[in-house]
Amino acid sequence: MTGQTLYDKLWNRHVVDILPGGEALLYIDRHLIHEVSSPQAFASLREKHRPVWRPAANMAVPDHAVPTRNRSLGVAGIRDTLARQQVRRLEDNCRDLRIPLIDLTDQRQGIVHVVGPEQGLTLPGITLVCGDSHTSTHGALATLSMGIGTSEVEHVLATQTLRARKLKTLRVRFDGELEEGVTAKDMVLAMIGRLGTAGATGYAIEYAGDTVGALSVEARMTLCNMSIEAGARAGMVAYDAVTEDYVRGRPGAPRGRDWDSAVVRWRELVSDPTARFDREEVFDAGKLAPQVTWGTSPEMVVPVTGRVPALDELKADQDRVSLERALTYMGLEPGQALEGLPLDRIFIGSCTNARIEDLRQVASLVRGRRLSPRIKQAIIVPGSGLVRLQAEREGLAGIFERAGFEWRDAGCSMCLGMNDDRLSPGERCAATSNRNFEGRQGKGGRTHLMSPAMAAAAALTGVITDVRGL
Amino acid sequence: MQAFVEHTGVVIPIDRRNVDTDAIVPKQYLKKIDKQGFGAHLFDDERYLDAGDVDTPLMERRPNPEFVLNRPPYDRGSVLLAQANFGCGSSREHAVWALQDFGIRVVIAPSFGEIFHDNCFNNGVLPIALPQEPVDELFRLCEEAPEQALTVDLREQQLAWGRWQWDFLVDPGRREALLVGLDDIGITLERAHIIEQYEDKRRREEPWLF
Repeated sequence: MTGQTLYDKLWNRHVVDILPGGEALLYIDRHLIHEVSSPQAFASLREKHRPVWRPAANMAVPDHAVPTRNRSLGVAGIRDTLARQQVRRLEDNCRDLRIPLIDLTDQRQGIVHVVGPEQGLTLPGITLVCGDSHTSTHGALATLSMGIGTSEVEHVLATQTLRARKLKTLRVRFDGELEEGVTAKDMVLAMIGRLGTAGATGYAIEYAGDTVGALSVEARMTLCNMSIEAGARAGMVAYDAVTEDYVRGRPGAPRGRDWDSAVVRWRELVSDPTARFDREEVFDAGKLAPQVTWGTSPEMVVPVTGRVPALDELKADQDRVSLERALTYMGLEPGQALEGLPLDRIFIGSCTNARIEDLRQVASLVRGRRLSPRIKQAIIVPGSGLVRLQAEREGLAGIFERAGFEWRDAGCSMCLGMNDDRLSPGERCAATSNRNFEGRQGKGGRTHLMSPAMAAAAALTGVITDVRGL
Repeated sequence: MQAFVEHTGVVIPIDRRNVDTDAIVPKQYLKKIDKQGFGAHLFDDERYLDAGDVDTPLMERRPNPEFVLNRPPYDRGSVLLAQANFGCGSSREHAVWALQDFGIRVVIAPSFGEIFHDNCFNNGVLPIALPQEPVDELFRLCEEAPEQALTVDLREQQLAWGRWQWDFLVDPGRREALLVGLDDIGITLERAHIIEQYEDKRRREEPWLF
């Protein structure tokens, strides 16, 4: 008999009904909300006089457009009028509709995908959605988590369900031991490089294999986070002892007898040995080098020791068109080596890499050293106020500041540049975030995606550097 | 939701793949709290030579004369033609509001970013996935006769351009909803009792989630 995949189990547990057109009505256990993708949904609900189905199933936190400095004044301290209005609107909507809110002055405030797991709102076995494509992050805790649009935000608010079609399944196995200096970020970048940015469209990815089993939950979040950069709306990792240890004692985690019965259910959250996946990809993690993107799509990635592709390596016309465009935008030559490429700025942050383990890794590399004078600015933006506090308790903040980094308050910041943290035209940035699209970090800005360890190495040398040789 | 039955319009060619939603509408415009006026910012980074912000008066913007949306007849086009993985990246529905506000009712490409694809349907914009060959053919035809309009018939699931015709397929549930302009939430709420029953069961099984 064919067993079930983790995705099958999560899906089957949440199907409420099948609609006449064949779509399923999927129950949503948790809905996370931020200021940018929600105001139009709330306005439309109000217009149609529809109540929120279950306010307590939601949690809101402003993160996208918030400043990462001068936060003591809360919303009133946001200088940008429109951003201020948007955050105020979120607060008003939550108050009026009794939706739990973590506001700007709350120490728990942070990037929605960092806050959810941290607060134990993300629990194994649940479905979780948010009007943000990086919602796939939460799959690290054996959940079915997906990004949605604003119309769907409204649908979830009003009905606690989502209309969805079942995805195909893709298992991505990583086996072998990672070399020192190689991280989950490098694993996922290498995967995107092989699959392509649309390679997993229509699939839910399950990350498996002994390399993944040995990763912390935070590192698994980095993996799942970038599933969407390969086109997959959802990424996930099976439940195990590592998951259990992570969840235990979190504010939203069950306690006492509830904990015991929860754990019994959660232990089923693995793909059965006989489960069949629609597709499988296998990677030898022991052979991976640190990865760096050179272009304007996350699929344009090579090992740090590699080169930008040469034009004659490409076959299809389409590839040539995108390559030439990307090279022009990035100011690079075909066949150019990446190591040694001079940088202007460093951004360490985002829902991909702004948790405490990321910061510890950066601190271990920059301790007692100074930023290269070539670097105009290097900022570290923790994923949440609690990550910030923890880093201060551990003395990491001092290490960063002594090295010349700016130590900021939590938010999405320069990952998408909705606040003041952005690149100027032509500036080249080493970033630990997830997208290197044209203009993503500021019009004309040039982004090279890499791991926190690689960004730390780049900050010290001022050029793209192989952290293994540092 | 706006119904979609049939549409005829000039085709706007954007001949590259992986057009992301950051390119369709850049971040600075996402601070708006309504759905209005995004059309002026459709492909903002490429469409203007200056870097605009929400409060920059449109009169002061410097349009890039080279960009397709600034050139006739494309400036009044209503069908967008692009290459694979159109609308990838960020989930921002603002991208669809921008297309819609500009007047675009149909987007044709070999494939789409999944969230963008759903967002289109939820706003009465029809995304049509065609195989690579007809897409390339359409690019070639449109270059030869840019003024010639394309007719999109959702009932028959057929495209017509001059004497050329192509069939396409749309998810039956989505097609039905678009043809009538159904209110998704209203339809789901007709099943409120089923959702409540499900919730009761889950509450018994996993009380810690409630």
